[in-house]
Amino acid sequence: MTVQGEVAIKSVSMISVSPVPMGRSLWSDAYSRLKKDKLAIGCVVIIFLYSVVSVLAWLGIIATPWDRVVGLPYQAPSSSSVELAFGTDIFGRSVFYKVIQGTRIALSVGLVSSLISIPIGVFLGAVAGYFGGWIDDLVVWFYTTLSSIPNIMLLISIAYVMGKGISAIYVALGVTAWVGLARVIRGEFIKNKSRDYVVAAESLGAGHGSRIFKHILPNVSHFIIMNLSIQFMSAIKSEVILSFLGLGVQGQPSWGVMIDDARLELSRGVWWQLAGATGAMFFIVLSFNILGDSLRDALDPKIK
Amino acid sequence: MFVYFLRKIFSTIPTVFGVSLVVFFLFNLIGGDPTYQMVGRHANAQQIQELRHEYGFDKPKYIQFGLYLKQIVTFDYGRSYATKQPIKQMIIDGIGPSLSLMVPSFILTTLFAISIGLLVAYFRGTWIDKFSVVVCVFGMSISMLAYILFGQYFLSFRLGWFPISGYEVTWPERLQYIALPLIIFVVVSLGYDVRFYRTAILEETNQDYVRTARSKGLSEPIIFFKHVLKNSMIPIITNVVVEIPLLILGAFLLESFFGIPGLGSITIDAVHNSDLPVIKAMTTLVAVLYIAGNLATDILYTLVDPRVNLK
Repeated sequence: MTVQGEVAIKSVSMISVSPVPMGRSLWSDAYSRLKKDKLAIGCVVIIFLYSVVSVLAWLGIIATPWDRVVGLPYQAPSSSSVELAFGTDIFGRSVFYKVIQGTRIALSVGLVSSLISIPIGVFLGAVAGYFGGWIDDLVVWFYTTLSSIPNIMLLISIAYVMGKGISAIYVALGVTAWVGLARVIRGEFIKNKSRDYVVAAESLGAGHGSRIFKHILPNVSHFIIMNLSIQFMSAIKSEVILSFLGLGVQGQPSWGVMIDDARLELSRGVWWQLAGATGAMFFIVLSFNILGDSLRDALDPKIK
Repeated sequence: MFVYFLRKIFSTIPTVFGVSLVVFFLFNLIGGDPTYQMVGRHANAQQIQELRHEYGFDKPKYIQFGLYLKQIVTFDYGRSYATKQPIKQMIIDGIGPSLSLMVPSFILTTLFAISIGLLVAYFRGTWIDKFSVVVCVFGMSISMLAYILFGQYFLSFRLGWFPISGYEVTWPERLQYIALPLIIFVVVSLGYDVRFYRTAILEETNQDYVRTARSKGLSEPIIFFKHVLKNSMIPIITNVVVEIPLLILGAFLLESFFGIPGLGSITIDAVHNSDLPVIKAMTTLVAVLYIAGNLATDILYTLVDPRVNLK
């Protein structure tokens, strides 16, 4: 074979052997970025631990019964037993167990309110952004109205009107939280609906529903994730304030109720209930905060 | 220009109407008839009827709604259930204390936040920047309740630097009572504000004109404090103006704990006393103020941003 022929064969085989460039999706980029971000991984771990604790508490495996008297009232924290790790409250109940139950309540509030607000926000935002016209006007008018009433006020009003108890909190938080997400999703849908890939889908025969759910929605779903972490954190903080005002959870040791009790205790030098509830809340809120930031950076398509 | 303002003002009307619908729906439709709550256990049917008539609950819903709209326009919200005072008077009494806490807090917070935000953005990437962001995020993760309780316990109770709570009508004495709540407010708000302003300023510094200025040889301080600051004013002003109506309520935990008889404290008392008209009035009032605040932002934009379309 001639030299030229050999070179020709070699180059052809090299072309067929060299790998086809793989497409990089937003998700794979984000995932690889997140994996390297140790702080974000730490936050995920913390959130995971909190979730595990909540589930165990909910299943009754740990920290029950929380209202059992384990020591003298206002006993200081001691390392003698698990129950006394954070001391006791006015009735001699274990503060440590109460903090764990509070974790369960806080996470359930975050979860349920997100489950309510995310579908509403995504649906209304998508429909408003996609169809435009009077539907858009109506949805925008609705969420402008809702967001004109300051959040706390609206939460208090809803919780007050629906009566006390945790379902009022779920509804109140769910119904107020969808606004932020709807705004973002609407903006994204407006941007996306005239883009080429959507037009292409339409020319291939995709109807409205298909275009919304199969084509555009996956491309805006990263906003939903970011919103979820912020929503969760905000729900936890709001629940604390509502419970503190007496509008929230009744008969269950939520962090807000514990901080409310702590008001009277501080003057007697009893600091452990406040420290326990605040500390537990601090770490999870901090984790969501940092994770939200990291997610936003990781999911930013402009960073290569 | 004037027509633009008029149009903007008119465009708030549907929102105000929407707010009135939502509040009415919540309080009158879902909330139902509070007469039973009010009369106690031993009332007979006639007393209930009279009470209903007195408060106007026996009128058909659309008339109740009409009366409510009238209340919004005249700012006369009837009487409180708990204290029997006219609510309008309660509001007028409460504005003074609320403002004397909130106005200084707001001014201080804004000044500090913008200054710190500028400094931190100037030193971006260095340890000052990273440290500040960490401190801000930590600060944001602690509930205001905790700050209040810690503050009262350590600074007032233990160290005796401030009175634990209370209020004084005369001026020089009032200062000591608003000092600690003011400090707490500033500390709590700084976390969010500094991060927000820092982001706004940093986004400006990534713009082309900054690169141009640098390549022209302008020194960093001048670029920052003269050019970047002016151009980042738009998001900063938005944030500042939007926060103003929230001051009235943002204070309510502070007012409640520190015994300052302002609007926030009135609201919290109303919640504890199941005082429906007061809660309804406060909700409506604050919403209207918030809408007015947004309107002010829009109008301010026309003065600050020459790109705004005045059509």
